[in-house]
Amino acid sequence: MALTLEEVEHIASLARLRLTDEEKARYREQLSAVLDYMVRLKRLDTSAIEPTATVLPLRTVLRPDVSRPSLPPDQLLANAPAAEADMFRVPPVLE
Amino acid sequence: MTTLTDLTLYEAAALLRLGKTSSLELTEACLARMEALASSLNAFISSTPEPARAAARQADEGIAAWRKNSSLPLHPLTGIPLAIKDVLCVQGTRTTAASRILDNFIAPYTATAVQRLIEAGVVILGKANCDEFAMGSSTENSGYGVTRNPWDTTRVPGGSSGGSAAAVAARLTFGALGTDTGGSIRQPASLCGIVGLKTSYGRVSRYGLIAYGSSLDSIGPMARTVADTALIFSTIAGHDPLDATSMPTSVPDLSKLDGAGLKGLRIGVPKEYFIDGMEKEVETAVHEAVRALVALGAETVDISLPHTEYALPVYYVIAPAEASANLARFDGVRYGYRATEAGLWDEYEATRGTGFGPEVKRRIMLGTYALSSGYYDAYYGQAQKVRTLIKRDFDEAFKTVDVIACPVSPTTAFKIGEKTDDPLAMYLADVFTLPASLAGICGLSVPCGFDGQKLPIGLQLLGPAFGEDKILRVGQAYQQATEWHKQKPPL
Repeated sequence: MALTLEEVEHIASLARLRLTDEEKARYREQLSAVLDYMVRLKRLDTSAIEPTATVLPLRTVLRPDVSRPSLPPDQLLANAPAAEADMFRVPPVLE
Repeated sequence: MTTLTDLTLYEAAALLRLGKTSSLELTEACLARMEALASSLNAFISSTPEPARAAARQADEGIAAWRKNSSLPLHPLTGIPLAIKDVLCVQGTRTTAASRILDNFIAPYTATAVQRLIEAGVVILGKANCDEFAMGSSTENSGYGVTRNPWDTTRVPGGSSGGSAAAVAARLTFGALGTDTGGSIRQPASLCGIVGLKTSYGRVSRYGLIAYGSSLDSIGPMARTVADTALIFSTIAGHDPLDATSMPTSVPDLSKLDGAGLKGLRIGVPKEYFIDGMEKEVETAVHEAVRALVALGAETVDISLPHTEYALPVYYVIAPAEASANLARFDGVRYGYRATEAGLWDEYEATRGTGFGPEVKRRIMLGTYALSSGYYDAYYGQAQKVRTLIKRDFDEAFKTVDVIACPVSPTTAFKIGEKTDDPLAMYLADVFTLPASLAGICGLSVPCGFDGQKLPIGLQLLGPAFGEDKILRVGQAYQQATEWHKQKPPL
């Protein structure tokens, strides 16, 4: 099953990835080959099989609802590309 | 006297207690060898010599106090230098996940597994190279250059924990932490001729691990002997309230690994792991290793794991799907690289488009596609159901056998560049390690021979979930009867 260029561009947009034309062409070819390989999954009848999302028996692990120390703002902002007054600085979301 | 770096972890720990060497001496020996082999192997992304020396001096004080008063507690890892795969956070230390998008990231806190080592008195030498975000089977996807295999520097060390494996094999460190999502500890351990333990999912806290595939990621030790591996394992394992997928299960006492024979042990040999296309020498070496286990008292049982062939397509749907969600956090806002553009949307796309490397983008694309509207049921939903069938295969097998023995990888180390243009060929390198990852069970890679080019071959021992003690015991018995793990790469 060959992916179209439009499909590659749609996926890249969903994933917020800017790709060059050369990357789009290469991923179109490589992902089509990988997806062809995946087709074998459809051979199995799984209509009576439950999906496995986790192998553990744990479900909805909760912690006690008590406050505990967390990292101070200056440490958390130390890795930010741009910060101002204890906030992350980003370009305008709305013009 | 033997070169210090040639000692096993246990031997080094024994000399420390006797006062015949110091942690600082061991640390300096490792740092010197790291520097001497930095350009030929590229096993580390960052070395941390000054914090290492400080930790070594502190360990030496602890050991000196213990030698005066042996009723004081002294962890067997005190003063031992180890390497950490660069996907695990160490506070105050650059942590890149081998990605340029995290080139300048300084971790604000320490991963639980690493914290437990620090509390035991371990000396951290630095952050080992790996595939970007642990995605790969050769370490060629690192944003910091490929790591080279110490047995043949024109070949890959395997991956994604290739830097950890090469560092251990080349005697730059006494052991290392790696991570295994689809084989990333076992396969490089096999290709570099060392021991690697993929722990059961939920056995070691993932707190502070940069996430790849969250239903699969596991942290585990790599070292030159099974005993050394077991010691690191028992130090990092166990419940952690900071990881909701950490199992509240007790960790077995592994201090008595020695001496036990294998009488009565039932070893399953799955026919699906001996296939056309695998290297004959690998097949032969693994069969011989199984015969050696039989000579030690074990009996073999022919078993079938019928859904083995589906593990690869299941994995390459589920892991990329989880990765596409996990890597959404890299948006250039809170940390990491930012490509400055006028609008937020453009900035996200430019940051991620230029910050991530080719394989990471490929997997994000694949995962996004598998989760996208109209394809979710056919890919992700179906893969989750087939995952159930793969897990059931193992559940059935472990009703009749104690452990499973098989190859780690169908080939020995391949040439750098050999598979980089063909993602599917690269993915096939993991064909024997993926099923156990999907089932969440544990697996051990143990050196079991060499091919005609003197490249290492690994035996894979699989055990049931939380049955690490079983496979470590078998691995230990095997190493007591064989010499493969004592071979040293020609550097």
